Amino acid sequence: MSVLIDNTDLTLRLAGHFREAEALLASGSPELMNLPRKKAFQDFIAQGIPTRKSENYKYTNLQPAFAREYHFLHQRPKIDFKPGEIFRCDVPQLDTHLVILLNGWYYEENSPLAGLPDGVFLGSLEEAARKYPELVAQHYGSLAETVADPLVALNTALARDGYFLYVPKNVRIDKPIQVINLLLADSDAYVTQRNLVVAEPGAEVKLILCDHTLNLNNYLNNSVTEILIDENASVDYYTIQNQHNQSASVNSVYIRQMENSHVTTNTISLHGGLIRNNLKVIIDGENSEANVYGMTFLDRKQHVDNFTQIVHAKPHCQSNQLYKNVLDEESSGAFTGQIYVMRDAQKINAYQRNNNLLLTDKALMQTKPQLIIEADDVKCSHGATIGQIDEEALFYLRARGIEEKQARLMLMNAFAYEVIRQVKVEPLRDRINELIEKRLRGEISRCHECAYHCNC
Amino acid sequence: MLSIKNLCVSIEGKEILNGINLEINPGEVHAIMGPNGSGKSTLANVLAGKEEYEITDGEIYYLGENLLELSPEDRARKGIFLSFQYPVEIPGVPMINFLKTAVNEHRKFKGEKPLTAGEFLKLMREKKQLVEMDTELTNRSVNEGFSGGEKKKNEIFQMALLQPRLAILDETDSGLDIDALKTVAHGVNALRSPENSTIVVTHYQRLLDYIVPDHVHVLYKGRIVKSAGKELAFELEEKGYDWIKKENED
Ligand SMILES: Nc1ncnc2c1ncn2[C@@H]1O[C@H](COP(=O)(O)OP(=O)(O)OP(=O)(O)O)[C@@H](O)[C@H]1O
Ligand SMILES: [Mg+2]
Repeated sequence: MSVLIDNTDLTLRLAGHFREAEALLASGSPELMNLPRKKAFQDFIAQGIPTRKSENYKYTNLQPAFAREYHFLHQRPKIDFKPGEIFRCDVPQLDTHLVILLNGWYYEENSPLAGLPDGVFLGSLEEAARKYPELVAQHYGSLAETVADPLVALNTALARDGYFLYVPKNVRIDKPIQVINLLLADSDAYVTQRNLVVAEPGAEVKLILCDHTLNLNNYLNNSVTEILIDENASVDYYTIQNQHNQSASVNSVYIRQMENSHVTTNTISLHGGLIRNNLKVIIDGENSEANVYGMTFLDRKQHVDNFTQIVHAKPHCQSNQLYKNVLDEESSGAFTGQIYVMRDAQKINAYQRNNNLLLTDKALMQTKPQLIIEADDVKCSHGATIGQIDEEALFYLRARGIEEKQARLMLMNAFAYEVIRQVKVEPLRDRINELIEKRLRGEISRCHECAYHCNC
Repeated sequence: MLSIKNLCVSIEGKEILNGINLEINPGEVHAIMGPNGSGKSTLANVLAGKEEYEITDGEIYYLGENLLELSPEDRARKGIFLSFQYPVEIPGVPMINFLKTAVNEHRKFKGEKPLTAGEFLKLMREKKQLVEMDTELTNRSVNEGFSGGEKKKNEIFQMALLQPRLAILDETDSGLDIDALKTVAHGVNALRSPENSTIVVTHYQRLLDYIVPDHVHVLYKGRIVKSAGKELAFELEEKGYDWIKKENED
């Protein structure tokens, strides 16, 4: 049996839904989130749900995910349990300021502000938009352009909540901030999450995002995060994706950084049915550096697509992109890495590398570098490899008495090591190594304390 | 201990070994010499279980067992150790993890308890001294950035940790300076016992001053064309291989 999915129908179905929900969305939301809704929705309709013909989505088919029926969670969920009780991320020695979001909503009983330096805000975006309307309005939607991506448009049209982090001038937050995104609904659910991070001049913060599903319902998660990094500021942004194989997730992260700033992102995808990670970094100040890393493990019929854009708008900057994939069984992966060096951005070093390990004949990897260089004094390199396990290395390990299966694990871990060592929070790095080890052994790699031991 | 009969091996349809016969008894040291490309490393790799070779004929028995039926890891755990001519670099696999896993897999096979971290470090310290291995090297990934000589030393270091019954040293002397050569030879000799045997593949008689062979064989075009005592090594050193080649012209 085959079901013909018509893209226009799906888009229209969402249009109908939007009209029904518009009043509800508007009534509960702060003004500044309502303002862009209508235009955002028009932008979504104009672009439609991407098809393989859409240049930026040609390796990822979102239509089957959109074709399912979902409940939309437009209102803050009423819950009769404490998320913190059914889910504790049990990372030994990982001392963090921890907050939980449930289905895209900031959980009210989080109380992270206690240990944070004065002036820092970490909380609900909806709440922040009411409390600090000028601050939020100044940045909300400033990077995530609704005309450029239909999913960003849809997110902006439906956005109700997410987290907001504000780090004032010259404030350093030593302990990492950990945001746990839980998906747990009674039925199949469409989830929208909208986040905003503002790091003022000289601010320093490390963020750890953990994406989890807590039951086996189908989820379609569409989140957008805007991160503004002012001069001399530094932001580390680690994402660990660990959702089940029936979930689909589109995460769009937009970063703009100013003079003398640093950003490091590291996206580690351990599990998920379909994951699309959009990442755009605009380096808009001199002497700045962006390091963008990703490590993905895939098996069964999973699909992960990393789509990155680095825009060099100012001279004397450096960017590094390193993405690696291990693909097993019938999984598929994609990497598109754009480097755009604008005309006046001289003395730029921009590096990009994508290495892939295919463990079966059926696994598929598509990789595409895109370089647009308008300046003339630029050092730019890119490279992609798709290969198998190094047989010489495998034999060396086996010749020392190490079981073939174990030897393969060691080599896969070694492959990932180049990316994982870039995680600068040591306990987190150890934990990730542990999760990878379990992931590669075929054990479920979720945190031990998860009360839902779902077999997915 | 090891009995090779009429071993014929080819790779990609090309015959490399054609009819090797070799008997090695416990406690013996056999040197294998021969011109470049004659098949010495091929023989060593086949003994260790490298899979890309096709065994077209013959048999190998090791401690009474059909060696060709064993996986490389089982051969290793049953006491075969190959010191590689070209040890491979494996970035991302830390030396310590690798060594500890290897040692404990050997122990598990023998029904022994795995070493604790402390016990393992102690063992490692002891063996490092034996081959004068630089501590900094064991903090790296396997062979990563090691110099040619350091790689060879590392092979003997692993051998000292794993205590094999049959060690096969494929040109372990090449690339070693004179002091390192003595140290490595010392490491090899420390392991010698009436039960253990060694196959030394080398181009130079010099190594055989330190690791004294009971038998010397010349491998040429995939066959052992001459076998004698250690005096053969001196003769080869002096005269080269031309006379051997002449003797074996069809
Ligand atoms: N994978 C391979 N594919 C094709 N030919 C091979 C392969 N491995 C070995 N050979 C060939 O087999 C022959 C024997 O090689 P081998 O490495 O055993 O020689 P060797 O005696 O160890 O030489 P050397 O003294 O230079 O180390 C050579 O001609 C070599 O080119
Ligand atoms: Mg050789």
